[in-house]
Amino acid sequence: MNVVELTLLLLIGSFLAGLLGSLTGLGGGVVLVPLLTIFFKVDIRYAIGASLVSVIATSSGAAAAYVKEGFSNIRIGMFLEIATTLGALCGAFLSTIVPSKVLAIIFGLVLLYSAYLSRRPRTRRERNLPPDPLATRLTMNGSFPSEDGEIRQYNAQNVPAGFSLMFGAGAISGLLGIGSGAMKVLALDQAMKLPFKVSTTTSNFMIGVTAATSAGIYLNRGYIDPGLAMPVMLGVLAGSLLGARILMKAETKVLRVIFSLVIVTLGAQMIYKGVTGSI
Amino acid sequence: MLRNWSDRKIEEVLGEILRAGVILSALVVFVGGWIYLIGNARARPDYRIFRGEPADLRTLGGIVHGALQLQARAVIQLGLLLLIATPVLRVMASILGFAAERDRMYVVFTLLVLGILLYSLFGAGSAF
Repeated sequence: MNVVELTLLLLIGSFLAGLLGSLTGLGGGVVLVPLLTIFFKVDIRYAIGASLVSVIATSSGAAAAYVKEGFSNIRIGMFLEIATTLGALCGAFLSTIVPSKVLAIIFGLVLLYSAYLSRRPRTRRERNLPPDPLATRLTMNGSFPSEDGEIRQYNAQNVPAGFSLMFGAGAISGLLGIGSGAMKVLALDQAMKLPFKVSTTTSNFMIGVTAATSAGIYLNRGYIDPGLAMPVMLGVLAGSLLGARILMKAETKVLRVIFSLVIVTLGAQMIYKGVTGSI
Repeated sequence: MLRNWSDRKIEEVLGEILRAGVILSALVVFVGGWIYLIGNARARPDYRIFRGEPADLRTLGGIVHGALQLQARAVIQLGLLLLIATPVLRVMASILGFAAERDRMYVVFTLLVLGILLYSLFGAGSAF
């Protein structure tokens, strides 16, 4: 395959990954690395570098749209970024010493887990939780416009649990070159009991800063190859921007099921390849 | 309420910064990609074995130097550097925003995030 053919195929594949990732809300990053390693036979370290770069692009590209809706809480986001950036630093350093086989297995497990997270039914959030003393001291409580047009107040809970989970999310992001949005939403939604819309938009806001932390280290270690990152970043960015546009009208239930199945299949393959050492 | 209003204002400016950064970096990557494809149309890149990038594509100085000579791979890398810089800029702008609100606690938190970010970019064992 010559460079033009390869670049075109990478563009198309990354475009689809970005499109599906944004339509389903699961992010394009999770399927990029398996796509590159399994179908394009790219070394996992190059794949992680290219994936991480496109994660920054989608997060930053979508931020402007999210901000207008007025859901994200920048105080909570900024405070927890202390945890995600520290985690990302550790993860990125770890990724330089962990063997490829082990990286592939961890990646597979994270894929299976995020498919499980996305299939689990969302529990109905109890409203009007009492203010938590620590969250109140950190001025984290906020309000957001609900579907029926009124302004709803919320009180953040359990800051230490959220902070610890965010460190883990950052470490996974730095180790595997993904946004680890599913785990960030878990911390905000399940641990800190924020409204779901606030969780997803705040998570997106944080992903770019987390990824930028590992990116410097990846670049220095030579993980970011311009010839590979170019079509991947442009493809994912275009796909996710288009996805965000049609998201308002599309019925995504069936799509989410299909995409979850794709993720499970890729996760199983990554684990298999890691165990047999053929990665 | 006043605080919420100015938070929104900060966020809107930040969102615009991010969008502008992404558009600019995508354009630079696109131009670099175009030069790359024209100049290397017959090449057969092989990513199966990890070799790591050459030193001049791993450091700020090397990338800028190469990009000024319109070396395709360095131009792409410069676009990617701009992309990495946008979240850093976002954090810096947040510091100004929180300072304008006289929110000392969040100025400190944001400085901490900036410190970690800059350490990863300029600190031990990293690119610049």
